[in-house]
Amino acid sequence: MSAAAEDAVTEAPAVEAVPKRAMTLSTGTSLVILAALLVTPMFVKNFVVFQMTMVMIYGIAVLALNILTGGSGQFSLGQSAFYALGAYTSAVLMEVANMNYALTLPIAGLVAFGAGYLFGKPALRLSGIYLALATFALAVAMPQLLKLHFLEHWTGGVQGLTVMKPDAPFGLPIGQDKWLYYFTLAISLAIYIGSINLLRSRSGRAFMSIRDNEIAASAMGVDVAQYKTLAFGVSAGITGIAGGLSAIVVAFVAPDSYTINLAIALFLGMVVGGVGWLPGSFVGAAFIIFVPNIAESISKGLSGAVFGVLLFLVIFLVPHGARQVAMVAQHLLGKLTKKN
Amino acid sequence: MELLTNQVLAGIATGAIYACMALAVVMIYQAIDHLNFAQGEMAMFSTFISWQLMQWGIPYWWAFLATLIISFAGGIMIERLLFKPLSKAPVLTNVAGFIALFAIVNSIAGLIWDFTIKQYPTPFGSSPFLGSQLISTHQAGMIGVTLLMLVGLYLFFQFTRIGLAMRAAAALPESARLVGVNTSWMIALGWGMASAIGAVAGILIAPVVFLEPNMMGGVLVYGFAAAVLGGLSSPLGAVIGGFLVGVFENLAGTYIPGVGNELKLPIALALIITVLVFKPAGLFGRAIVKRV
Repeated sequence: MSAAAEDAVTEAPAVEAVPKRAMTLSTGTSLVILAALLVTPMFVKNFVVFQMTMVMIYGIAVLALNILTGGSGQFSLGQSAFYALGAYTSAVLMEVANMNYALTLPIAGLVAFGAGYLFGKPALRLSGIYLALATFALAVAMPQLLKLHFLEHWTGGVQGLTVMKPDAPFGLPIGQDKWLYYFTLAISLAIYIGSINLLRSRSGRAFMSIRDNEIAASAMGVDVAQYKTLAFGVSAGITGIAGGLSAIVVAFVAPDSYTINLAIALFLGMVVGGVGWLPGSFVGAAFIIFVPNIAESISKGLSGAVFGVLLFLVIFLVPHGARQVAMVAQHLLGKLTKKN
Repeated sequence: MELLTNQVLAGIATGAIYACMALAVVMIYQAIDHLNFAQGEMAMFSTFISWQLMQWGIPYWWAFLATLIISFAGGIMIERLLFKPLSKAPVLTNVAGFIALFAIVNSIAGLIWDFTIKQYPTPFGSSPFLGSQLISTHQAGMIGVTLLMLVGLYLFFQFTRIGLAMRAAAALPESARLVGVNTSWMIALGWGMASAIGAVAGILIAPVVFLEPNMMGGVLVYGFAAAVLGGLSSPLGAVIGGFLVGVFENLAGTYIPGVGNELKLPIALALIITVLVFKPAGLFGRAIVKRV
């Protein structure tokens, strides 16, 4: 047999393995951060509160991508499509069907989950680069799908939809922005805890075994196709919830807010935060929200270049992102305290 | 009937561009097993360079030639500086690298040349070709230039030592190294050529889609669709895929009701997914067998 007929591919896993324990923060650290998040809004301006809310929303979306990539080792450059789907579902339900905003979120999640599951069905036959390609095409095509003529009655076409910003319930004496901040915080917390538990469960172990070695996983009895699709669906569903939240908080949806640039930003957030390190998702989200602002203040239209250069710096210098930085910091801190 | 012929010819003209993009994508894929998501942006940047040269008063064909050389050098530089160090890194890191390149090139083009839409000249004019109403001279020029380039590439790969070495390096890198082929530089050369081919595609399509930093987004997706249809492991397949996709796009736009310009990208998406589901290796590619 000629050598060319059979490519011996001894492939390294597409994503480096992350031990399960290294995926989260310790309970003490988590509680301190939570307490800080609870009190900060009392002391800062409304605009900062809004930005922090957006960080959490992007954080949820990055977390969803992290479950897919860090957990099950699959790629997606199309998260913006599921984000858009969630945002539009929430917006349409609120504006056209007059539904309560909080109730639209689970529906947004379900719709996105369904779409992700269906998209994942054929995608499970694809691995690595092909999946990245298919999702890339999805992200590029999404704005055009949202502008479709016969959906215009619900989606508002190119103009998009404006949504009523909800007030705090039960006559609570806080402003809209602060209320939405706490609302988002509660949902982020629930999703964060849920995701950690998911990755620690039987399904989570199945995801990780697929990530590390697909053939070994199927030899151990893991239904590879089933779990790959499930990971895709769950990731899309959580992204959909993030999208729904963004529709409520920003109070506006339009096709051109959900271009490939959003998908790139989410991907960047994951790499910066550290692939497979769930708390890093929120660090990455903060990065993708604040860095463009700084870049734009230097020169308009520069944010893409700054994003790209930083992404290169991260993959060359700190390939594990924020997780690596946190670990080095912890190590140094340990050394310092020992000396004294 | 005239409508059909007209649409098929127009499809072949845009198909020529998709064929170039697909070929560029496949050349890099052959060399390093990764898809260059920034291929379209690199082509856009090259097109802007040629536009700038023409603004400085250099005639079209000299600017064209200079742009090819600059793009070739640029492609090699990108490979040497950014992607050679990543050659052993996981897939994820490489995808991140391409995405980063995409963002940088797009943003820098916007920074230098602005995001406003610019007219781009054509040396062929846009009068009817040979007096027939079916196809314009520019479209005929697009097909002509592409075919010329393809023949040139074919001769290069079949009949020159370097072409043979490049094929060897892509097919069996280890054996090629053993017989003294510098595979690392063959990869760089592949990048340079892909970048130059992309530049040709950009320059030819610019009069049609107009010049702006986001002009290649749709073209790249169709280029991917063409590469997938023809098979990512087959350069000839990518070219044929390009022409097929171009014709398909135009016919679908004309004959399927409701599919106009506004559904162009979703059609490419549907095409990619259909091919990947039913014939993942593409029409001309060979299926990859993995040894466990």
